[in-house]
Amino acid sequence: MVQASREQARRYQAFVRQYHPPRPVLRNCVLAFLVGGTICAIGQGLLNLFMVQGLPLKEATGPALAVLVAMGALLTGLGVYDDIGRIGGMGAALPISGFANAITAPALEFKREGYVFGIGQRLFQIAGPVVVYGMVAAVAMATIRIVLGLTGTGGAP
Amino acid sequence: MDGRGPVLAEGEAGADRRTARRTPQRAPRRLGKQTVIFSHPPAIVSAASVVGPMEGKGPLAEHFDVVTENVLMGEKSWERAEVRMMIEASELALKKAGLQHRQVDWILAGDLLNQITCTHMAARTLDIPALGQFSACATLAQGLAVAGMILDGGFGRWCLVGCCSHHDTAERQYRLPTEFASQRPPTAQWTVTGAGAFVVGAEGDGPVITHATLGRVVDMGLKDPYDMGSAMAPAAADTIWQHLADTHRRPEDYDLIVTGDLAHIGSAILVDLLKENGLDVGDRALDCGAMIYKQSGQDVHAGGSGCGCSATVVAGYIMNVLSRGNARRVLLVCTGSLHSVTTYQQGETIPCIAHAVVLEARRPGQEEDR
Amino acid sequence: MSSYAVAFVVGGLMCVLAQLVLDLTRLTAAHVMVLFVVLGAVAGGLGLYQPLVEFAGAGAMVPLPSFGNAVFQGIMEDVDTRGFIAVFTGGLTAAAWGITSAILFGWLVAALFNPKG
Repeated sequence: MVQASREQARRYQAFVRQYHPPRPVLRNCVLAFLVGGTICAIGQGLLNLFMVQGLPLKEATGPALAVLVAMGALLTGLGVYDDIGRIGGMGAALPISGFANAITAPALEFKREGYVFGIGQRLFQIAGPVVVYGMVAAVAMATIRIVLGLTGTGGAP
Repeated sequence: MDGRGPVLAEGEAGADRRTARRTPQRAPRRLGKQTVIFSHPPAIVSAASVVGPMEGKGPLAEHFDVVTENVLMGEKSWERAEVRMMIEASELALKKAGLQHRQVDWILAGDLLNQITCTHMAARTLDIPALGQFSACATLAQGLAVAGMILDGGFGRWCLVGCCSHHDTAERQYRLPTEFASQRPPTAQWTVTGAGAFVVGAEGDGPVITHATLGRVVDMGLKDPYDMGSAMAPAAADTIWQHLADTHRRPEDYDLIVTGDLAHIGSAILVDLLKENGLDVGDRALDCGAMIYKQSGQDVHAGGSGCGCSATVVAGYIMNVLSRGNARRVLLVCTGSLHSVTTYQQGETIPCIAHAVVLEARRPGQEEDR
Repeated sequence: MSSYAVAFVVGGLMCVLAQLVLDLTRLTAAHVMVLFVVLGAVAGGLGLYQPLVEFAGAGAMVPLPSFGNAVFQGIMEDVDTRGFIAVFTGGLTAAAWGITSAILFGWLVAALFNPKG
C-alpha cells in the first residue's frame, strides 16, 4: 500500500483545496436566518396562543415546544423536513423541531429492523449525544455554581 | 508532487519481468508490475442496466435498459429493492446473451453494503455459483478483471459480472439517515441507485477485455467521506500511470479513458495529477460520476458515486459507444474509496484503490491484432 | 406583533451563528447541535441565557441552546429547595416536555409512516 507521509498528506490537502468549490456561506446564512427565524416566530405564536388561554409564560413554554416537536416529527414522516433542512441548513436543525427531526429520521428509516433494534434503538442515534452532552454540561455548570456557593437560577434577579 | 510516480516515488517504469510467469507453451500473461494481458481476450457478449428514477432523469437516461419509477420498487425495504435491481439486471443480461442460468459458471459481483449482502441475496435467487467481489466503487473493474483471468485461464466458459448500489441503503450505512435535515457540502457525491450486469464469455461477439491492471491501495491522507473524489484521484492516477508503463502505451492509444466515480472535482484533480507526471489525457478523459447526473438542477453536488455508478454507465453508455463504433479502445478505470464508518469515526485516513481494464471493440469474428 | 419580530430576529441570528460554525469548520450538523446545547448550558451557568429568554421569548426558547439552559435552570431551582441532591432530579424535570414529546411523537411517526428516501 502507498501511504502518504504527514508532509505529503499536508501538501496534497493544500493541493486539492483549490479544486473545491467554495461553500455558499452568505446564501446559507440568509436562508438559515429566514428558516430559523420563521420557526421561532411560529413558536412565539404558539406561546402567545397558550398564554391567551390563561397559562403563565412558564407553563405555556412546554406545550408550545411540544407542538413544534409534533410538527417537526410529522413533517419528517411526510418526507418534507429533510427538504427544509437542505434549504435552511442549521436554520432547520437548530430549533427544537430539528431535534424532533433528529429523533424521528433514524427511527423512521430503521423501522424495517424492527420495533426494538430499529425504532427503539435508533430514536437516539443523533439526538442521544445532544441530550447526553446537554445534561452533562448543565450538571457540570450547576455543580460549579453550588461549589462556589452561587445558588439561585442565575437568571435575572 | 515529486514527478517520479503519479502519487509517491515508488512507481517503476520498467517492467519487472521477474514475476512474470513464463510457461513454454504460452506467451507471457503478465506485463510489468501490475498488468495482465489476456492471450484469448474474453468478450462482453451482453450488458444490462437498471437504474432508479433520479438516474432516469439524467443525461444518460436513453442508454439504460430499465428505469424504475420508485426507489422502493414495491419491495419491503430499500435493501430488497437493491437486490431486485441486481437480479433484474442479471436476468436481462442473460436474456440478451441467450443464456440459461445453469450455463453460467460463476457470478462475480459486489455491492457496497456490509458483507456484500445484496450480491449474495441476488446470487441465491439466480442460483449461480458466486464469488463475491469488493473494492467499493472499483468493484466493476475488479469483477471484469477476475472474470477475464478465469475465462482466459480456462476455468470457465461464461461469467456474469455485476454491481449494484442504492442511494438510500448506502447513505444510511455510511453517513446519515436520508430524512435527517442536513446540508451536504459541495464536495459530496450522490450514491447512484442502479445495477449493471455483464455476461463475459471465453469466446463470443462483443467488445473484448484485452488487459487488466490491478491497483495498489493509495492513501494520500484525506479523511473526509464527503470528499471522496479528491481522495480517490491519486489512486486512479497511480493505476493509469502504471498501466501505461506496463503496456508501453501512451494516452493517445486510447480513444477514451473512463474513470469510475471521481465526479467533477476528482476528475479535474486526476487530469492535473497526470499532467504533472507528463501524461496529457486531454479530452479523452470521461468520468461516469460526472456524466450520470445533470451538473445543475439535480442537487447532487460533485456528481455520482457507488458501485452502480460505473456499472450502469458502462453497461449502458460505454457499451453503446463501443458497439456504435464511436470509440474503439477504452481504458476503464474504476475507483474505490475503502473506508467504513468505523475507520472514519476513529479518525483513520481513507485508503483508495483503482482497477483498470482495457475494452476493445471487435467486429464479429475478428481476431485480435497483436 | 413585536414579540414575533424579536423572536424571529433572535432565533434567526442564533441559527446563522450555527450555520457559520457548520460552514467554516469541519464539524457536521450533529456536532454543531451538540456544541450549541453545551453552549446553552454554559451560557445558562454564567447567567447569560436567562435574560435572553426574557428578552426574546420563543426566539431563545425554541433553538437548542435553550435545552442546555433549561436543564441547568431546572437543577438550580430544585437546589434552592432540596439541596445538592437536586442535581439528579431537576434537570430532567425541566426538560420533560421536550424529551417526552420528542420520544412520543418520534415513535408515533416512525410507527405510522414509511421513509420516503
